[in-house]
Amino acid sequence: MRWAVIQFPGSNCDQDVFHVLKNVLAQEVDYIWHKNSSLNGAEAIVVPGGFSYGDYLRCGAIARFSPIMSAVKEAATAGKTVLGICNGFQILCEAGLLPGVLVRNTSLHFRCETVPVRVEHPASRFTSEYLTGQVLRLPIAHGEGHYVADEATLDSLFLHKQVLFTYSDLQGRNTQGANPNGSQRHIAGITNRAGNVLGLMPHPERASEKILGSTDGLGLFTSILANVGTPVAQAA
Amino acid sequence: MLDPVITPELIAKHGLTTEEYQRIKDILKREPNFTELGIFSVMWSEHCSYKNSRLELRKFPTTGPRVLVKAGEENAGVIDIGDGWGIAFKMESHNHPSAVEPFQGAATGVGGILRDIFTMGARPVFLMNSLRFGDIRPDKLNAATNRRLLSGVVSGIAHYGNCIGVPTVGGEIYFDASYDGNPLVNVFCLGTLKTSEIQRGAATGAGNPVFYIGARTGRDGLAGAAFASRDLTEDSKADRPAVQVGDPFIEKLLLEACLELFQHPEAIVGVQDMGAAGLTCSTCETASRGNSGIEIDLALVPQREPGMTPYETMLSESQERMLVIVKAGHEATITKIFEKWDLPCALIGRVTEDGFMRVKNHGVTVAEIPAKQLADEAPLYKREAKRPADLDARQNLDLSSLSEANPQDTLGKLLSTPDLASKRWVYRQYDHMVRVGTVTAPGSDAAVVRVPTGENSWKYLAASVDCNAHYVALEPKLGALIAVAECARNLAMTGAEPLALTDNLNFGNPHNPENFYMLQQAVDGLAEGCRAFDIPVTGGNVSLYNQSPAGPIDPTPTVGIVGIIRDAKHITPSHFQNPGDAIILVGQPGEELGGSLYLREIHGLERGKPPELDMEREKKLHEAVRAFIRLGEIRSAHDLAEGGLLVALAECSVGSARKLGATIKLDLPHSRLDALLFGESQSRAIITTRPENASALVSLLELRGVPAHRIGTVGGNELKVQVGGSSPREFTWEVALLHQAWDGALDAYLA
Repeated sequence: MRWAVIQFPGSNCDQDVFHVLKNVLAQEVDYIWHKNSSLNGAEAIVVPGGFSYGDYLRCGAIARFSPIMSAVKEAATAGKTVLGICNGFQILCEAGLLPGVLVRNTSLHFRCETVPVRVEHPASRFTSEYLTGQVLRLPIAHGEGHYVADEATLDSLFLHKQVLFTYSDLQGRNTQGANPNGSQRHIAGITNRAGNVLGLMPHPERASEKILGSTDGLGLFTSILANVGTPVAQAA
Repeated sequence: MLDPVITPELIAKHGLTTEEYQRIKDILKREPNFTELGIFSVMWSEHCSYKNSRLELRKFPTTGPRVLVKAGEENAGVIDIGDGWGIAFKMESHNHPSAVEPFQGAATGVGGILRDIFTMGARPVFLMNSLRFGDIRPDKLNAATNRRLLSGVVSGIAHYGNCIGVPTVGGEIYFDASYDGNPLVNVFCLGTLKTSEIQRGAATGAGNPVFYIGARTGRDGLAGAAFASRDLTEDSKADRPAVQVGDPFIEKLLLEACLELFQHPEAIVGVQDMGAAGLTCSTCETASRGNSGIEIDLALVPQREPGMTPYETMLSESQERMLVIVKAGHEATITKIFEKWDLPCALIGRVTEDGFMRVKNHGVTVAEIPAKQLADEAPLYKREAKRPADLDARQNLDLSSLSEANPQDTLGKLLSTPDLASKRWVYRQYDHMVRVGTVTAPGSDAAVVRVPTGENSWKYLAASVDCNAHYVALEPKLGALIAVAECARNLAMTGAEPLALTDNLNFGNPHNPENFYMLQQAVDGLAEGCRAFDIPVTGGNVSLYNQSPAGPIDPTPTVGIVGIIRDAKHITPSHFQNPGDAIILVGQPGEELGGSLYLREIHGLERGKPPELDMEREKKLHEAVRAFIRLGEIRSAHDLAEGGLLVALAECSVGSARKLGATIKLDLPHSRLDALLFGESQSRAIITTRPENASALVSLLELRGVPAHRIGTVGGNELKVQVGGSSPREFTWEVALLHQAWDGALDAYLA
């Protein structure tokens, strides 16, 4: 399967996700420079983490104007898989592909550590290899991962099973103490209504090799691979 | 604008002595103008010329079979790690800027060391740091200021490192009143490169174009090098304009653009970053290394603000800038790459053959100086050294009148001191995982990072930075030797053998003979340590004038050692791993309390002689631990350092993922219980192994001449320690409570 990893000026997890796709999962991967307008026929697109444009103005706010983003939007509309990790999540929100916005962590500090993340359900192209309620150990590394949306949007996200990941404790409970950034309703990752665009703050690519301490992130990529060709799930 | 007239006052204000000014006149065979005076003052500052320390630095061993680029030759040394790959690494200080503007001071320190590394053609793969502050506990003097400095420095490091995407994987932080008003911010960076792609900073080939790349020049950081070469005083706040402002986003672009450019060796002659002394240093040093001259026109330099004088442009330390000498005819290669990255790139001059650094402004010559004499012939001073008058008195320690504190309470107190407490509050602000290389995260004896050497092939490096400045203050040569030994010991515990060392010498004003004595002795100690382990010094940094009105800092010769682990399966953790594992104390039991954390924290005494160090014994320990790690017999290994045996055991528990306790029986001869438990005798470690192999391992260690005692077993949720002898004692701590004391302390001080 062919993947595209978008490179914005300031992307810095591009090489990490490229490595996991190419060397761990033996995929075909291309780096796509943000000034390009073609995705080279990729079936899945990764918008990687980093500090695109230095996070100036607001994280992700400038990247959305890059030429490549029109191609990403087209691909999303066509039902291709789009995965935004960390800064990539912020960019997808800014670009209007996902609802809501990510603001400063309530602690006001950047936070980097491995945290428990609960899988909400496996009925998605991103989580089919996981179990409902499974607790993953995934690294986070962000200063602005506090997910915010209005109450109606939040309700709708849960009603339409768009919330795929939440922060929890090791037992899978969504406690306040286990919420690393103040995210509303402990949200760590959401999809669009059609279910083909995922944004999440944790870094699955950092938890895809045993030597790095966790392989819990691998299931996200293998889920995508297992669902190639699956039609876009129609929201109920 | 008319240049000021050069007066004795103006010369003094530039930090130049009458003799130095005479030397300038001899070199120029005339009076310098104002711009030239500024140029000499920064190049001949301690920060750039090492004029007070260079004679001492010559004592360091700098050669070895793995050395590809020697210390001092280029921006950073390069060491061969095999299979056609090398590593470039170095440590640098940003102490003075951080004292007056902690966030930007620390951030630009990180930016500077990163540029030093990628200028060599290497991709930076990890960062570390060594920090010192005054005490942050609420009841201590200046605590609020020290907390503000700590927070600012940590945020600054995090800001720059996180944004550029280079993980900060380890470091050390200590607190002592001697750093009040003069914190230390030493940053370390390591990069990897193909040995065939090492970049050099020489300007050769008359007529070759000189390009300026990166951020525009502004008025920030004016004469920062000179600022760093004088004492900090009450008036230092007025030096804020000498502190640079960093932009990690631009540096990220510059890094990627440079690495892309380096893929075109046919187009590049030389590269040099603009760090201290900016445009001045990069032009005269590249010319000097190339035995050539260089001519630039300042009107062509990309500028952030209008109306900058030649003096300001030459002395600005604006960040994220580099100088590249391109082969004539290949100009398009560089301009194309910098267009892609949307970065300024300007042709500002040419290499010449007359040996002069000639600076023009709109075609008018504003400075003309022989490059070699400016760059390499700064005066060298042999400063007077005098053993501090109070050293003997401070080394004198009478234990007979010292009461023994109860270990039951003492352990928790020590674990919650800022020095020993978990540094999680700090390192979780650093992205320590980006680049998917961090195998051993912060919080262990040494960081272990896998670095790519080709697609999906890796080398495993271990790295640590260390310095117990209390020891150095009490006996500088021994203290420095211990710093090397402890750093190498940290590496050995992970399974690594040391490759090379970088150092950062932080001392007070060298004109004070007592300060200079400390520097001289510490350099002797570092050099001896390097020879003992047969590792070269690959470069480093000297930071003098670290003193506030209250006096000099404790002398702090920080060392950073990088080692290599042969096989991923040898990577060994510091903390307890499995219930039931046998615990072995390796090394000679000792009872030395001099200079210990216990004396300082519990009895308020900063005195005594630091523990003895026998390098042969130390080396045997490292070799034995490495050997049995490679045989797969060691499940965890942790060295004994501040706090001694009991603290090390507690650290093995509280640091373990499952917070595993242990049952310990100490049947070791001792005269004082506190000295047995909290003494800091060197060359010791705690290792764990499978219980069935424990006695065999003990005898094999003894056979190698390494004393070993099986002292207990891992397991449970308590740390239980029984002490045998004439008056047996038993102590029990709940690991959860110790963990709380250790893990929550910094959060509480900084809340």
